[in-house]
Amino acid sequence: MSQTLQTTNLLAVPLAPLVGSVLAGVFGTHFGGNWLGRRITHSLTILGVLVAFILSAQTLWSVAVDGARFNETLYTWMVVGGLKMEIGFLVDGLTAMMMCVVTFVSLMVHIYTIGYMEEDEGYNRFFSYISLFTFSMLMLVMSNNMLQLFFGWEAVGLVSYLLIGFWFNKPTAIFANMKAFLVNRVGDFGFILGIGLIAAFAGTLNYTEAFAKTADLAALTLPGTEWMLVTVICICLFIGAMGKSAQFPLHVWLPDSMEGPTPISALIHAATMVTAGIFMVARMSPLFELSDTALNLVLVIGAITALFMGFLGLIQNDIKRVVAYSTLSQLGYMTVALGASAYSVAVFHLMTHAFFKALLFLGAGSVIMGMHHNQDIRWMGGVRKYMPITWITSLLGSLALIGTPFFSGFYSKDSIIEAVAESALPAAGFAYFAVLAGVFVTAFYSFRMYFLVFHGAERYDQNPDAHHDDHAHDDGRHDHTPHESPWVVTVPLLLLAIPSVVIGYFTIDAMLFGDFFKDAIFVNEDKHEAMHGLGHAYHGAIAMAMHAFSTAPFWLALAGVVSSYYMYMINPAVPAAIKRACMPIYTLFENKYYMDWINENILARGARALGTGLWKGGDQSVIDGGIVNGSWKLVGAVSAMSRQLQSGYLYHYALAMIVGVFLLMTWFVWLK
Amino acid sequence: MSITLGHYLTVGAILFALSVIGIFLNRKNLIVLLMAIELMLLAVNMNFVAFSHYLGDLHGQIFVFFILTVAAAESAIGLAILVQLFRNKSSINVDELNTLKG
Amino acid sequence: MMDAQSALFYAFSAVLLFAAFRVITARNPVHAALFLVLAFFQASGLWMLLEAEFLSIALVLVYVGAVMVLFLFVVMMLDINIDSIRVGFWKHFPLAATMGAVIALELAAVLLGGFRVSVPHTPQLPAMVTPLAVDAASSAVAVGHMVVTEVSNTKALGVLLYTEYLYPVQVAALILLVALIAAIALTLRERKDTKAQNPADQVRVKARDRVSLVKMAPVKPDLPPATEPEKSA
Repeated sequence: MSQTLQTTNLLAVPLAPLVGSVLAGVFGTHFGGNWLGRRITHSLTILGVLVAFILSAQTLWSVAVDGARFNETLYTWMVVGGLKMEIGFLVDGLTAMMMCVVTFVSLMVHIYTIGYMEEDEGYNRFFSYISLFTFSMLMLVMSNNMLQLFFGWEAVGLVSYLLIGFWFNKPTAIFANMKAFLVNRVGDFGFILGIGLIAAFAGTLNYTEAFAKTADLAALTLPGTEWMLVTVICICLFIGAMGKSAQFPLHVWLPDSMEGPTPISALIHAATMVTAGIFMVARMSPLFELSDTALNLVLVIGAITALFMGFLGLIQNDIKRVVAYSTLSQLGYMTVALGASAYSVAVFHLMTHAFFKALLFLGAGSVIMGMHHNQDIRWMGGVRKYMPITWITSLLGSLALIGTPFFSGFYSKDSIIEAVAESALPAAGFAYFAVLAGVFVTAFYSFRMYFLVFHGAERYDQNPDAHHDDHAHDDGRHDHTPHESPWVVTVPLLLLAIPSVVIGYFTIDAMLFGDFFKDAIFVNEDKHEAMHGLGHAYHGAIAMAMHAFSTAPFWLALAGVVSSYYMYMINPAVPAAIKRACMPIYTLFENKYYMDWINENILARGARALGTGLWKGGDQSVIDGGIVNGSWKLVGAVSAMSRQLQSGYLYHYALAMIVGVFLLMTWFVWLK
Repeated sequence: MSITLGHYLTVGAILFALSVIGIFLNRKNLIVLLMAIELMLLAVNMNFVAFSHYLGDLHGQIFVFFILTVAAAESAIGLAILVQLFRNKSSINVDELNTLKG
Repeated sequence: MMDAQSALFYAFSAVLLFAAFRVITARNPVHAALFLVLAFFQASGLWMLLEAEFLSIALVLVYVGAVMVLFLFVVMMLDINIDSIRVGFWKHFPLAATMGAVIALELAAVLLGGFRVSVPHTPQLPAMVTPLAVDAASSAVAVGHMVVTEVSNTKALGVLLYTEYLYPVQVAALILLVALIAAIALTLRERKDTKAQNPADQVRVKARDRVSLVKMAPVKPDLPPATEPEKSA
């Protein structure tokens, strides 16, 4: 394998999916005349992503084994003032890992889509979009400057919008995609401010150049205030991360994004796009290390998200929503890790989470397919008999999610909990409580879903809202019993299950305690000792797993599994009783803490009222009425008065002339 | 007593005042209006020539020369307009001319 | 005791002012025009006293001879209803008198304010080189020297006009040309009873103004045979 990374190989990584996307989008859809059939389209796009994956794997090998690095600008777009706007790649451990994760999950989703979207009219369009997403995400992670990062950021937001609203005839889908885009925009506003501040004070958008100036930046305050500049920058950047990674309060778009087809929920809203914020903060670690205030904020927001979003997952009945809230909660975990200055742990959890969450989503999608597009878990049950592969892989994914020892989720999650315990920041106490309580909640809702879907009595015919869908099925069955999905669906499940189980065990050494992220992530060991403490306590992967049995998280998770087993398998009357007893809390959960209500009624309505007010008061009255109309009315009034002078009578004019002469004479004789 | 510049200027002034009065009095009679204007010009010419004589500067007379030219041209055109007006309106009573009212 | 000049001055001035007064108050416009002629003659006399001979003659020749004659032509040509014009004549007299008095007073104020009055002396050529030796008796050639010579008013004016004021003279000529054209253009009437050719129009004509093609079938279609009157039966 090559020592250095070659430009062409690196360029091919984002460009191959882009080519696939363009060909599929232009020639495979109405736009270009529907030239390409389904097989060719999916083959082209899968080929593109496969090429990207192979090259990413090769890059990862070069980076990890050979220590190769790449940091070059490929194209200077323009130079404005002193600011250079470029396209370039920075490939180090962090990038290589992200590249592999993105391309692998994307490949799995591409293959899965062949089965899932088989009956959909927009088949080719879908493939085009997911390849386009892959391109955007790769540009985001591979960039070496903030402008390209922002480009990728916005591009993934755009594709997310397109995909959430994929079934654009559904009003709920349109509502959801607008919501996603607008909430993201709020985050992007902060992000742009952060980038702008960096550009203004460091004079460059390039990572390496900007990070070289951290010492200078640390000494500055924001002009006109007493705030530290780096604090303001980091908070602004984090607001961007809040939008993209769905942290409280900008999380509201993610549950609604489940309106999109399941493959994209797996790809975008679990594994890759939502992790862009985490990635960005990790990339900016040199800046974040300078500001304890920002780190505290990160801790608090992450902790709130981790715990309170988990609570909402307890009462969801839509299988996808359960997984969505689970994603929100896990993103909170990652954020908490960032706040504790354990950036590598956060990124490690990002990686493991990508695999098992994608697995869970795709599994849920497989179940939905099998259940003839019913998504309500109250009307499932006993599916394990009919869909064994889906059942096993979902079980593995759930076990990984709750942090079962030896599974990959365990290594990453427990590392987070320990890192927070070691952190000395003021907010770490609350964060520790939140992540610990979250373990119980996570286990509970995961296995609630698992038991309700795969075990227990079969409740398929009890659905009062069931509608008979008349799409053709291979089996020709007209009852509601599920059947296993085709191999294009189950093979990705299997392929995703493997890393969900083992990757944590194999990579924790290198990633957390080795040199893998050495030049990508910077931690100020003196101030923030979390990683240091973690390193002290670490005695190897097996030891960590064995040690787990004596720590709180394991028992909390076990308690969660046992309680959900009891409440949903043994004594199903208990959940209803608890609900009656805690009705106010239940209502609060059901209304998602009234966040949506606040957004729609106060913020959105307020903004519209402000707009209407400005329109009527400002635009119509002042500008149109006062200035535009007023000017001609004034002219009209003045000219109406002046018109009196034009009487048409000659002697009036002669009189005017004589009076004028007289005035001139007076002026020159006496007043001069 | 010898005639000074002041005498001539007085004559000019009175002539000018008379013509102004004439404009006011004859507001309806276009022809007399034009004649009053000629009187005004005469008054001005008187002043110029007087100054030219008493200051020894010939430029005053040059200016009178040009004023004469312009006055001739102006009265010709004025009378042409008057004739056209009369052809159309059969009257030179300016009281009836207010169609150019603004 | 006045000398001749003063007496002449007072005589001319008195008649001038009287004539001017009659111009503006005469009932008959022909009388007004004739009084104006008288006023011009008096003014001419005054200018002669001021040694502006050329101008005084020019006043009579040009102004009286041409402009006032024109006035008289027009006045006599138009059939003016005098009475309707004179309505309300004396009504405006107070205002008019006030305005006139005010203007006269202002002019007087300038006079009384004082300005430099110098002793009258003979008209001189402005200091310039005269190429010609006017003094024939003396054989002194006056080339290159500034010579002060006595010339007539006319000559002096001529010299000045054709050297320093050449361009204004051209402009004045242009003004007169414009006046000429304007007067003709305003009042020209064409005779409507004569037939005349207008070559410009003839050249400008286009074929489609004269000839139009109409499409017609070469043969008229046969009318259907008239139906026989219904036979009764």
